[in-house]
Amino acid sequence: MTPRAWLRLLRPGDWFTLCAAAAAVAALWLTLTSSGPAQRAQIRSGGRLVAELPLTSARTLDVDGPLGRTRIEVAPGRARVVSDPGPRQYCVKQGWLDRPNAIAICAPNEVSLALVGAAPDHDTINY
Amino acid sequence: MTPSIIELRASEKDQRIARYAAAAIALGVAEAAIPSPLPGIKPGLANIVILVVLFRHGWREAAWVSALRVIAGSLLLGQFLAPGFFLSLAGALASLAALAAGARLPARWFGPVSVSVIAAFFHVAGQLVLARAWLVPHDAVFLLVPVFAAAALLFGTVNGLAAARLLANDRAAAPVAAPGG
Repeated sequence: MTPRAWLRLLRPGDWFTLCAAAAAVAALWLTLTSSGPAQRAQIRSGGRLVAELPLTSARTLDVDGPLGRTRIEVAPGRARVVSDPGPRQYCVKQGWLDRPNAIAICAPNEVSLALVGAAPDHDTINY
Repeated sequence: MTPSIIELRASEKDQRIARYAAAAIALGVAEAAIPSPLPGIKPGLANIVILVVLFRHGWREAAWVSALRVIAGSLLLGQFLAPGFFLSLAGALASLAALAAGARLPARWFGPVSVSVIAAFFHVAGQLVLARAWLVPHDAVFLLVPVFAAAALLFGTVNGLAAARLLANDRAAAPVAAPGG
């Protein structure tokens, strides 16, 4: 069969379906591969942004909450919660965060650490 | 005690379904020999048969052929009840749902290629949902979505064209959407 004969098998709506599917693939490709590296760490206390640190140099930051002091460490390209007075230590056990939109929440002490990239995206607890 | 003889009579329809299922299984087994860069990316040639059955004999028979293909194909490949079997089943169920809807598209405008592409996307979606929920319980699987979607578009189009070619000889290539089958 010639290519022309194969094209005759397509009906008008099929072209529409193919274009829509191709657009969907392109959109998926753009949204799921373009988040890039994490650039900044946002630290919140009681829902209020208390610090936004670039992930370029190392430093530690202490944030006071209702239970006590949460210590956050920022290093090039990553950040973590070093210590927290909360009972279950979930945010500490998460360890280093290095992807954009990763978030560690120390709920009892109302402190959160979130990494952001170039573009806002879904975070790791929102899918 | 009187010995009873149970005779199972295979109707013409049963034999037809068996013939189509045999073709689909043969394509599925042949395709398993094709090397693939990423597990799960396969042409899905058996879906050509499913599409032909859908357009010639309706959704119910297509569903029968699909179910037989998944079960017998996995038995032949030693995959029965293995993770691959459940992925295959999830994909088949999702694409059958899409076929049920796709067969209702106006035949004047939408042919086997549309139905095939839509079903291919649902196939991938069904598999990814199962993979995320069970096999890889992490959002990282969704990073593969663009790759699988591109494969669905490519192979959905190719399979749809193949089915359209096979159906071109039929008098009216309109899907039989009768729910009674």
